[in-house]
Amino acid sequence: MLLLLTVAFSVAAWVEPQYQERQEVHSGDMMSFLLGDSRRLFANHFFVKADVYFHSGFYPTIFDNQQSFQTPHMAEDAGALKGHNEGDETAFMGPPLDFIEAFRRHFAPSSHTHLDEGGAQGTNGVNLDLGEKGGEVREILPWLKISAELDPNRIETYMVTAYWLRKRMGKVDEAEEFLREGLRANPNNPAILYELGRIYHEDRTNDVHAINLWELGVRKMDEQKSVKTEQDNFILFQLTLSLARVEEDRGNYARAIQWLEREKAVSPYPDVITKQIEDDRQKLADSQKSGADTPAKTGSQPP
Amino acid sequence: MNVIFAVAGVVIKEMYRRKDFYVLLILTVVITLLMGSINFFDDDKIARYLKEVCLMLIWVSSLVIAISTVARQLPMEKENRTIFPLLAKPISRAQLVTGKFLGCWLACGVALLCFYVFFGCLSFSRERHWFLLNYFQAATLHWAMLAIIIGMALLGSLVFAAPSSNGTICFVLVAGILLIGGYLNRVAMQTTEPGRSFVYAIYYIIPHLEIFNVQERMVHDWPLIEWKYYALAILYAAAYSAVFVFFSCRLFRRKALS
Repeated sequence: MLLLLTVAFSVAAWVEPQYQERQEVHSGDMMSFLLGDSRRLFANHFFVKADVYFHSGFYPTIFDNQQSFQTPHMAEDAGALKGHNEGDETAFMGPPLDFIEAFRRHFAPSSHTHLDEGGAQGTNGVNLDLGEKGGEVREILPWLKISAELDPNRIETYMVTAYWLRKRMGKVDEAEEFLREGLRANPNNPAILYELGRIYHEDRTNDVHAINLWELGVRKMDEQKSVKTEQDNFILFQLTLSLARVEEDRGNYARAIQWLEREKAVSPYPDVITKQIEDDRQKLADSQKSGADTPAKTGSQPP
Repeated sequence: MNVIFAVAGVVIKEMYRRKDFYVLLILTVVITLLMGSINFFDDDKIARYLKEVCLMLIWVSSLVIAISTVARQLPMEKENRTIFPLLAKPISRAQLVTGKFLGCWLACGVALLCFYVFFGCLSFSRERHWFLLNYFQAATLHWAMLAIIIGMALLGSLVFAAPSSNGTICFVLVAGILLIGGYLNRVAMQTTEPGRSFVYAIYYIIPHLEIFNVQERMVHDWPLIEWKYYALAILYAAAYSAVFVFFSCRLFRRKALS
């Protein structure tokens, strides 16, 4: 007994300083301490789980055709990810191969629905009180929160969560708080800055702050040394598009044209942008002719 | 029939006395309530993640109760030598096996009732809506599936030497069927002969327990399953359990007890 007590005391004296040291290094990040890098796999699993909930469980398994679910629909709808989905999203299971499979399908979710459109009950023609604007879309939030806890560097989790909180549930403060959490974990991330700017532009009607955030996003994107991915270009496209739109609204056509020029390089529709640039040039000429061009007060610097 | 019910009554009383059910029920309640206490963006109406966790715990608990109760029934009677005075009474071996099956199945039904009442209350506390018929369908389909598993474990208790090995094999089989049983036909399509025929044979022979797993429908509030398909599923379960009980009776009739 005495020997056991001595051993227990020795082990505790050895383990405790190591634990404290590790806690300091990881600054209380229990998840990374427990799971290591495998937490990213779990984070991805829970992100997809949120999309499964978004479809009320009607989702392809590894045995089904996943062509139409390559990009989670909730992320695509939120504008957080560029869509890569192809094919019919309602028929990923294909025709049943035998009578057992045909029978089994009567017991599983069987139609393509989105939670923000009423979910599973909505498809049945039942007139339910959907509550807030987003209906049952709140149900995806726990999985997104867990995903962010597991992998704080997964940017799309913050963007998707903030979008649904803000646009469909009217929880602007919670959305901003969550994005700021993301910003603390990923300082100056252009995608999070873009989403934060949308909150200031669309919900708080503070265009100056929105412009500052989006500009910072573009600057950080330019400073990025690594090769830009398709997703980076998608975010740059959204940043420059938003800057161009807000400058047009403010009557700063010269700046709007400069942002549009920047946008053209990353836009999937450069011809449309060229047309917009021509329109803005015309408006700029008209305003200069009438001498009514609004002087630039605050806001964006030329790119 | 009275003899069968008498044996079944003894099995149900045995379940009352054992602590497995109480422990699993309390664990399910505690874990679910702990999960429910987590705050997600100050929204207290979020319910589905909680329903999923609760249903998963109910399923695991019911499988543990069913398999562990059945697997030890006949081996324990033999080990304690209580089977001899039991069979000395006017009771046939087939009646004993059927009584054991019925007792385990009814005991599981009682346990499931408690679990699903808790689940219903939990759902109502969040959603403020009773889906009583949906709960009824889910619980009865679950119970029907347990009949197949009880039949399977009963047959296993006559084939395998120890209750532990029988329990483990049953758990592995049930988990396997629930996870991939429904997709074996697709696996077979991508396999060459003779593997294809072998996988297809397994696909058609195994009881498709995944049919009875309507957790997704319950979690996401899907409308009711059409009653004709529900009735067919119950018949399917009845047929498979009858086959297992029949083979158990046949096997037990020829089995040496000493």
